[in-house]
Amino acid sequence: MSDFWFDLGPLAALPVRGARIVRTPRRDIAVFRTAGDDVFALENRCPHKGGPLADGIVHGRKVACPLHNWIINLEDGEATGADKGCARTFPVKLENGRVYLDMGIAAAP
Amino acid sequence: MPQASRRKLLVLGNGMAAGRMLEELLARAPDRHAVVVFGAEPRVNYDRIMLSPVLAGEKHFEDIVVHDDVWYARHKIDLRKGETAIAIDRRARTVRTAGGTVETYDDLVIATGSRPILLPVPGVDLPGVVTFRDLDDVEAMLGAAARGGNAVVIGGGLLGLEAAAALALRGMRTTVVHLMPTLMERQLDPSAAYLLQKAIEKRGIEVLTGANTSAVLGDGTVEAVRLEDGRTLPADLVVMAVGIRPHGAIAAAAGLEVKRGIVVDDHMRTVDPDIYAVGECVEHRGVCYGLVAPLYDMARVLAATLAGETVPGYAGSALSSKLKVTGVDLFSAGDFSERDEQDEIVLRDPSRGVYKRVVLRDNRIVGAVLYGDTADGAWYFDLLKKGVDISDQRDTLIFGQAWQAGGVLDPRAAVAALSDDAEICGCNGVCKGAIAGAITARGLTSVEEVRAETKASASCGQCTSKVETLLALALGDAYAAAARKPMCKCVDLTHEEVRGLIVSRELKSQPAVWQELGWKTSCGCPTCRPALNYYLLCAWPGEYRDDAQSRFVNERVHANIQKDGTFSVVPRMWGGLTTSAELRAIADVADKFKIPTIKVTGGQRIDLLGVRKEDLPAVWADLNAAGMVSGQAYAKGLRTVKTCVGSEWCRFGTQDSTGLGVKLERFLCGSWTPAKVKLAVSGCPRNCAEATVKDIGIVCVESGYDIHIAGAAGLHVRGTDLLGHVGTEDEAIEHVAAVMQLYREQAVYLDRVWKWVEKTGLEKIRAAIMDNHEGRKALVARFRKSQRAVHRDPWAERAAGRELHEFMPLAVLTPARRMAAE
Repeated sequence: MSDFWFDLGPLAALPVRGARIVRTPRRDIAVFRTAGDDVFALENRCPHKGGPLADGIVHGRKVACPLHNWIINLEDGEATGADKGCARTFPVKLENGRVYLDMGIAAAP
Repeated sequence: MPQASRRKLLVLGNGMAAGRMLEELLARAPDRHAVVVFGAEPRVNYDRIMLSPVLAGEKHFEDIVVHDDVWYARHKIDLRKGETAIAIDRRARTVRTAGGTVETYDDLVIATGSRPILLPVPGVDLPGVVTFRDLDDVEAMLGAAARGGNAVVIGGGLLGLEAAAALALRGMRTTVVHLMPTLMERQLDPSAAYLLQKAIEKRGIEVLTGANTSAVLGDGTVEAVRLEDGRTLPADLVVMAVGIRPHGAIAAAAGLEVKRGIVVDDHMRTVDPDIYAVGECVEHRGVCYGLVAPLYDMARVLAATLAGETVPGYAGSALSSKLKVTGVDLFSAGDFSERDEQDEIVLRDPSRGVYKRVVLRDNRIVGAVLYGDTADGAWYFDLLKKGVDISDQRDTLIFGQAWQAGGVLDPRAAVAALSDDAEICGCNGVCKGAIAGAITARGLTSVEEVRAETKASASCGQCTSKVETLLALALGDAYAAAARKPMCKCVDLTHEEVRGLIVSRELKSQPAVWQELGWKTSCGCPTCRPALNYYLLCAWPGEYRDDAQSRFVNERVHANIQKDGTFSVVPRMWGGLTTSAELRAIADVADKFKIPTIKVTGGQRIDLLGVRKEDLPAVWADLNAAGMVSGQAYAKGLRTVKTCVGSEWCRFGTQDSTGLGVKLERFLCGSWTPAKVKLAVSGCPRNCAEATVKDIGIVCVESGYDIHIAGAAGLHVRGTDLLGHVGTEDEAIEHVAAVMQLYREQAVYLDRVWKWVEKTGLEKIRAAIMDNHEGRKALVARFRKSQRAVHRDPWAERAAGRELHEFMPLAVLTPARRMAAE
């Protein structure tokens, strides 16, 4: 199952330098929007202690976890600096001003 | 080739894409086609992007004609001016025009361009509302400008700003109304947009950003524009420049695939192999273009295809744009979205109003924004398009092409190599010799001393690092630069210097600070953004727009995040007082929302722990209904005023400590402060409210009130210092409010009161609060002003729907819905 692009709505539904979550039966996914209108999707769990990444401060292409300030790279989900760990990434795309999430992968185990 | 054996090429539209395509085709295969062109406009092909200079009076229409009548005649092209094609019959291979003409084709090219978007608001059809697309629009605007009066331009993009500048030049009082927070947000980052807005405003044009048009008003003709916030702008002319939409109606009606634009493959072919489309009307790989360069790229590919050549297809275009407003130098190209600092190079020259930013990925340029000095725009764009690896020239890249011959620059060696008369401080005109001389002659050892003696780096601070280098060169190891702690890696200035400059230079937005104080990054970092947001809020209450995305989640959602991602909610209990009704309401809320833990806090409040984020607005609505507001237990602001029962009940109480606590909490809560602030009021020196370990503590005595400050009982434990004694409750409130405001205005972001007091010195603060009576009253007045901007309950606003996106998931996919969707 792949390429099941689910329409999450217009880009404007995401705050600039912010994120919102998508609830799926298996997990919550944080969909981020950077200042430059790039979109990224990570599992909404910090690799450190499971903090909700969607609530963090977005800067550049990174997010600071609200619990203990781990800095997670939005592009690959990797923790930066001395911290080690990785949040799972999910395929997301922006097309004609709308945001799409590949539910085939997002909802799979 | 004889005329009869030529293929018949029919072109719908006579804009820039059609014109360029024909030119390219004639160059490649001049005899292959018999060409007929239907142009809706009653004139020859002209350079549409030069309409702005025509509107501004800098050019005439004749100057911007691309192909005149002679050209069409020479190439035997049958141009039908003013004839609009209205239908394609694909089976018969004919096109019908509005005038009833039917023309056959072998090859058909649709180049119908785009249409300006009209906002769907009442009154857009009133006379006096124009778009900015063709010469007719320009003539309508010129007619209005000749009569003078007020022009409102809706849309702060390229076209809107060019129209506004031209109309202002023609003497109209011009206002630009822009929906987004910054101008040209698609081409510019906030820093460049800030400089642009300054330049536009300097021309006498009013710029309203974040402004949503709700209606165009007028009786028979346009009279005003109304904004959503209720403001009404008088208008004799309204220019609508909010964007364009590909015009593919004729293709859709003929059954061709049309999404946003007419869908074409890499050779500009539609789903019908004999029909092509080119220009702004097409959609290629999901992208529609509205700038001229991609149209030319497409025209070249299409011409080659029509000429029968086998060429690589069109692969999309990198975009660059330049604003055509005389005196404003602005260039943007490629992708300049916010990146991490190591991926960009930023140069700011505040005194010249220059901002340059080159964005890199894998040592290749992917984007560039230039303001004030665009000479190297084409050079950067060329490096970008060619994907040149710039590793070798990285150090000098930002200085431009002229610098590429030189070697690698060491900033210290560069300063050392400067001649004595080289200017170091542009603001105050101080040269290297004067600074170096003062350092040696007067034995200066710090930047502050150099500033005091020479004025160098005393204004914008941009040259601070050069001055430090001069100190280091003169003093060698004896110079300890470590004494100065810059705010963060984005800037060489300290927190105190930045705060001072925000006030003295009247900087009122984050981009203004970044530009005028020479930030080395394009958009700040997580360290400086929250600090700047606070400094700006404090300096310009009611004027600066709070930036939620520069705040920690707790301050955005007005609750405290917990380890499992749920939140805790603390209603305010003024002075620690509550009632049976409030307790009942809290119990009801806890039951209704299944709140697992209820705890009494150290600050005499009740904490509801484990509230789901989505439930927050509903929880607040219920608490609001029972008369409770946010306890701001998350705020860098007043948290709690802890009290004992005082003279009302206690046999030792000397004053009404509970009553004073309630009054203080009501007066002081709301305004943001550098860090959290906790107060306590004890009714007698037994100090049951533990006032002497609070940020501000009041200990009541028989003769009045002792005011203590700078206590701490957290990571750091510190007893308070006695600030002074006052006789009455009113005086106590006034003095405490003055301390709050002084702390707000002076302290470094995240410094608690005790740290500020230790840095500043208790004596200085005592003099300002206890001895300077006028100063104290002025502090209280400023505090009141800051309170006017925030005295609303953040819970009530959010329960009523404000920033709902913060609390609601973007989507919820349940298994049932998922299957239905599949």
